[in-house]
Amino acid sequence: MDFTLLMFRVLASAALVCGILVILCRNAVHSALFLVGVFISVAGIYVVVGAEFLAVVQVLVYAGGILVLFLFVIMLVGKDAMVGKRRMRLLATVGTILIILFGLLMAQQLNVAGEGGTTGPDADSTRLGNIERVGLALFQDYILPFEVASVLLLVAMVGAIVLAREAY
Amino acid sequence: MDTELLLKVAVSAGKVMTVLLVLSGSVAYLVLLERKVIAFMQSRLGPRRVGPSGLLQPIADGLKLFLKEDLVPAKADKWVFTLAPVVVIIPAFAAFAVVPFSGESFDVFGLTITPWITDINIGVLYILGISSLGVFGIIMAGWASNSKYPLLGSLRSAAQLISYEVPLGLSIIGVLMIAGTASMVGIVEAQRETGWWFFVPQFVGLFIFFVSGMAETNRAPFDLPEAETELVAGFHTEYSGMKFSFFFLAEYANMILVGCVATTLFMGGWMRPFPSVEALAWLNFLDFVHPFWSGFFWFAAKLFLVIFAFLWIRATFPRYRYDQLMHLGWKVLLPLSIVNVLVTAVVMLLMNSGSSA
Repeated sequence: MDFTLLMFRVLASAALVCGILVILCRNAVHSALFLVGVFISVAGIYVVVGAEFLAVVQVLVYAGGILVLFLFVIMLVGKDAMVGKRRMRLLATVGTILIILFGLLMAQQLNVAGEGGTTGPDADSTRLGNIERVGLALFQDYILPFEVASVLLLVAMVGAIVLAREAY
Repeated sequence: MDTELLLKVAVSAGKVMTVLLVLSGSVAYLVLLERKVIAFMQSRLGPRRVGPSGLLQPIADGLKLFLKEDLVPAKADKWVFTLAPVVVIIPAFAAFAVVPFSGESFDVFGLTITPWITDINIGVLYILGISSLGVFGIIMAGWASNSKYPLLGSLRSAAQLISYEVPLGLSIIGVLMIAGTASMVGIVEAQRETGWWFFVPQFVGLFIFFVSGMAETNRAPFDLPEAETELVAGFHTEYSGMKFSFFFLAEYANMILVGCVATTLFMGGWMRPFPSVEALAWLNFLDFVHPFWSGFFWFAAKLFLVIFAFLWIRATFPRYRYDQLMHLGWKVLLPLSIVNVLVTAVVMLLMNSGSSA
């Protein structure tokens, strides 16, 4: 079998298994750890398709940064942050319905994209390095959405500071 | 499967094994070196009972750790508790995959063997990304131990690692801008072309990198996560035997890693001092064996210098208080590193426009 395809299948199934375990674990910390597994598997998929820069950034930003903060929250909640069995069943039911809906939506989108879309790296991405390519995409092609997103993050940061500081 | 691919895999596996073995040995002797250096600075003798002047001490230490009983606290989360040391040690060793230990490849049985395991075009980022995973192990250890001191230690550690990762990442951006590449080998080559090592234009970057690196490896004076006097031993209080030794190995391997990165990024990697001055070519005196060895010699010499500075600082400075640590990270190092990036960019822009005009 094609090596790339094989790697993709291994990593994708790892991501899926970890993802399922994220929602099946009753202990919140275990869920968080499996979520790290999901992120790392997805980073592996990026490597397989030749987007190493994206893979490293994925690990750095998601696995490294956000999840550490995530674990913080869980730990401050306490070590007994377990969900009861009944509540778990309710959540599982709601979750399943949402997953099915999301899956249908994705399938439809993929159909639309499959008609006109291309697969595999285009000429530009092989000519330029990963970092240059991402840089050009962010700061040239999509500069406006990028700046809007950063302003949004800034607002979130200002909001956090305002909430956290003492009354004045 | 064709033989060429098989051979490639075999060579890679051989290189990985060599690096792992040499690294484990270096880590073991680094512990001895640390004890000896600190003893010297404190007018003591240090370990000297096992072997001639204590040279076999690492072996005795290793044996002791192997033979100790492996305890798991009754109320600990068994799986996470066992997994934590593994999660700490894998990134610590995996990061060495992109470190160029020398410049010259050598031939064995018609195969050209490069002195680095792999040279990817995002080498520096790979190291940052991989080493950021180590903190998970520390948090897992602290949480799974189900005990007060480890939890406090791991929370401190997480806060410290997040805070100092930011200036650490920003401090190398100056180097990346001058070099125009993020490949470890490419950065050394760029220093050959520029004619000077990057610590000359990037001395602020080196300073920030060094301080943040020290904080990232939980070394004194930033050893709050395992401060003996306050937290018993911090996140690894409940660990014993092999599991403890994993944490121990990882800490020292990370220290060597920071040294390797500092050497490669700021101090010209495997090159001899003043690589563009022909009159100093005799400095590569190991060339008569093989050019590989002179490159390796200079790399090791510079690495030793950085690590000696680490030990020196540990013996000199008192531990930071938690608020001082945060103050230094966020209010001093972070603005400094951003200014450094800005100044570097402006100077580069001015120099480029001057040369083209």
